[in-house]
Amino acid sequence: MSATTDTHHELGFVRKYIFSVDHKVIAKQYLFLGIAFLLLAGAFALLIRWQLAYPFQKLPVLFADSDHIMPPESYNMLFTMHGALMVFFAITPIVIGAFGNFVIPLQIGAGDMAFPKLNMLSFWTMFVGGVIMIASFFVPGGAASAGWTGYAPLSSNALMTIGWGQTMWILGIAMAGTSSLMGSINYIATTLNMRCPGMTLMRMPLTTWGLFFTSVLNLLWIPVVAAALFLLLLDRVGGTTFFLAGPLASSEGGQPLLYQHLFWGFGHPEVYILIFPVWGLVGDLLSVFARKPAFGYKATVYSMAAITVVSQIVWGHHMFTSGMNPIVGHTFVILTVSVSVPTAIFFLNWLCTIWHGSLRLDTPMLFALGIVFVFGIGGLTGLFNALQAVDLYIHDTYFVVAHFHYTLAASVLFGALAGIYYWFPSMFGRQMNNGLGKWHFWLTFISLNAVFIAMFALGIAGHPRRVATGMEYQLFKSLAGWNKFAAHSTMMLGAVQLLFVWNFFHSLVRGKRAEMNPWKASSLEWTVSWPQPHGNFETVPEVHRGPHDFSSPEYKDRDWMMQSEEVPPVAT
Amino acid sequence: MSEAVLDTHSVEPNTGVSNAKLGMWLFLASEVMFFTGLIGAYIVLRLGADAWPDPNEILATGILATNTFILIVSSVTMVMALHAVQHNDRGKLILFLVLTALFGLTFLCIKAYDYNHMWHEGTTLSSSLFGSCYYTLTGFHGLHVLAGVISIACLAIGAARGSWNSEQYDAIENIGLYWHFVDLVWIILFAILCLI
Repeated sequence: MSATTDTHHELGFVRKYIFSVDHKVIAKQYLFLGIAFLLLAGAFALLIRWQLAYPFQKLPVLFADSDHIMPPESYNMLFTMHGALMVFFAITPIVIGAFGNFVIPLQIGAGDMAFPKLNMLSFWTMFVGGVIMIASFFVPGGAASAGWTGYAPLSSNALMTIGWGQTMWILGIAMAGTSSLMGSINYIATTLNMRCPGMTLMRMPLTTWGLFFTSVLNLLWIPVVAAALFLLLLDRVGGTTFFLAGPLASSEGGQPLLYQHLFWGFGHPEVYILIFPVWGLVGDLLSVFARKPAFGYKATVYSMAAITVVSQIVWGHHMFTSGMNPIVGHTFVILTVSVSVPTAIFFLNWLCTIWHGSLRLDTPMLFALGIVFVFGIGGLTGLFNALQAVDLYIHDTYFVVAHFHYTLAASVLFGALAGIYYWFPSMFGRQMNNGLGKWHFWLTFISLNAVFIAMFALGIAGHPRRVATGMEYQLFKSLAGWNKFAAHSTMMLGAVQLLFVWNFFHSLVRGKRAEMNPWKASSLEWTVSWPQPHGNFETVPEVHRGPHDFSSPEYKDRDWMMQSEEVPPVAT
Repeated sequence: MSEAVLDTHSVEPNTGVSNAKLGMWLFLASEVMFFTGLIGAYIVLRLGADAWPDPNEILATGILATNTFILIVSSVTMVMALHAVQHNDRGKLILFLVLTALFGLTFLCIKAYDYNHMWHEGTTLSSSLFGSCYYTLTGFHGLHVLAGVISIACLAIGAARGSWNSEQYDAIENIGLYWHFVDLVWIILFAILCLI
């Protein structure tokens, strides 16, 4: 042991903080990468909403070439890159990369990931992917502009998406996917193989369960989208016609719709990939801050498992307007709507967890409760999209955009913020400012709902997504007010995030020193004090109970029991 | 950082399967899905095409069948290498690893000849949907063979330098799993691209 210890002492700056194999350092690298891309892609959202509210009006500094007016092509690039960066380079690194890396080994009592070097490679692959994505703004023709889904034939023909941007988009997404794939192999192997004695699968905290299901879907479906992206790349640079048809195809035509099937085959599991960690996190947080065991723990796990299975066979609901046979469509409708059964089960479990609890409304809990609210709206509006007849009307309108922003932007963003506030003491040894955090929550909650409720209104009125302005159509002129309301709310939402950025970086250096288990949680990550050594635990922990042991009447002097504690304190 | 460092890698794996082998199986699961994506695309494209050429008229099926045989034989030699290391027979281990790598290399050489021949006959990557599918699917498979040949060559060098014995042969077994997978993919590709 001493030999290993010595080498760890000798690690230089580069090995310790840059090319580190320690899961905690890699988690922080992912966190900073994710926050940077979150702010960048968030800034794109501001520009998008500005253009929709004040079409072709002058902006300061930007777009100097076109007299400070945003050209429609640039608008296309902005919404494309907003989506792609948010999904693959902001949400993925934070909720999967950062939380997964930080939390899994600590929560299951392991010293590190199963494959530490693969873990390091995974981060740097994503980093290079991110560099490619940013660089694509500065190449001839500008960045990709075929939407975050990159539908063929728009994306597969070099005449329709001119320049290098789309090709670099393919490479960047492929790098991010490869990174996630390496991560998922690591997470699954770690979760299955490296649990400490006593940590049975059914004693794992729900966050780890969520990350496990995320990894299963990543493992199976990233390769499929990789195959689609490689075929797309060959269409662009190799002269093939996999996804081209009709006059676009040089020789015999391929199947443009095939791309949509391959993309959504991955794309629909992807939404669960992003939200599983958040669901798990909410389950844990509600329990900790309501001081009650998570209600229906096993039912929550089984319903997430059921969703893992069903989510892989519902992709067709993204393609109802593609000329799909209505019988096939109805199959997808039934399968999609059946997802709401397990969803309702764990949603009910959340509500029952906080029912009659003694709620502690600290910042992480506020965000967790916020998720219960916004995910409720996101989930319920999903039912409208899932129905073929309704979807024919709302497809490609702002209704869909509002729906998936309630689930992804709102729920997952809240999850990311809840997790950051919650694990900050364990990650950085300091507390974030709770008062500022509460302001951040309430202002974010209000402005975020204002933005997306406005989008629902726009969508029901039929306002299409992905157009640089709806105001050129007589039909949508009356919606200018909603667009302005959404834009102003977005500006408020953006401004409020500065509170978070300040709180985060100020607390990083000046925050109050955190005690070891500030939230009085019972899972293993709170049994090691910051800074956790490389290897996490001084002795292999042993687990004696489930992850949420709160408020048992047997405990007299406190209301929780750590998973690793053997006997309850003797009643006095 | 702190004084105590715990090597939890020494803790017995919960599943009874080593991390490395579990990781390899997980990787192979993702590989299955990758080729499922490609083969699925091929099936959709072929069924959707107005006409599809008879592969026997374009491909040198005889040569490709020989190639299939070579790859299957290489799987056998890989198993024999594993058997040798389990019995601590270093000479045979090196021999069979080298043979496996050479068979893999032979496969790639024949593949290169086949590509060259077809290209000059006029079937290129962009000449027809058939050509696009053929080069893409077999090309991705070829890259996997190349990766396998390099890995097995590394194993052979390691064996020559004294690595691995009957107690410790994880790498041989795991690369072996990968190699059999690559072999299996080729058999499927050969059947659906060249025969039917």
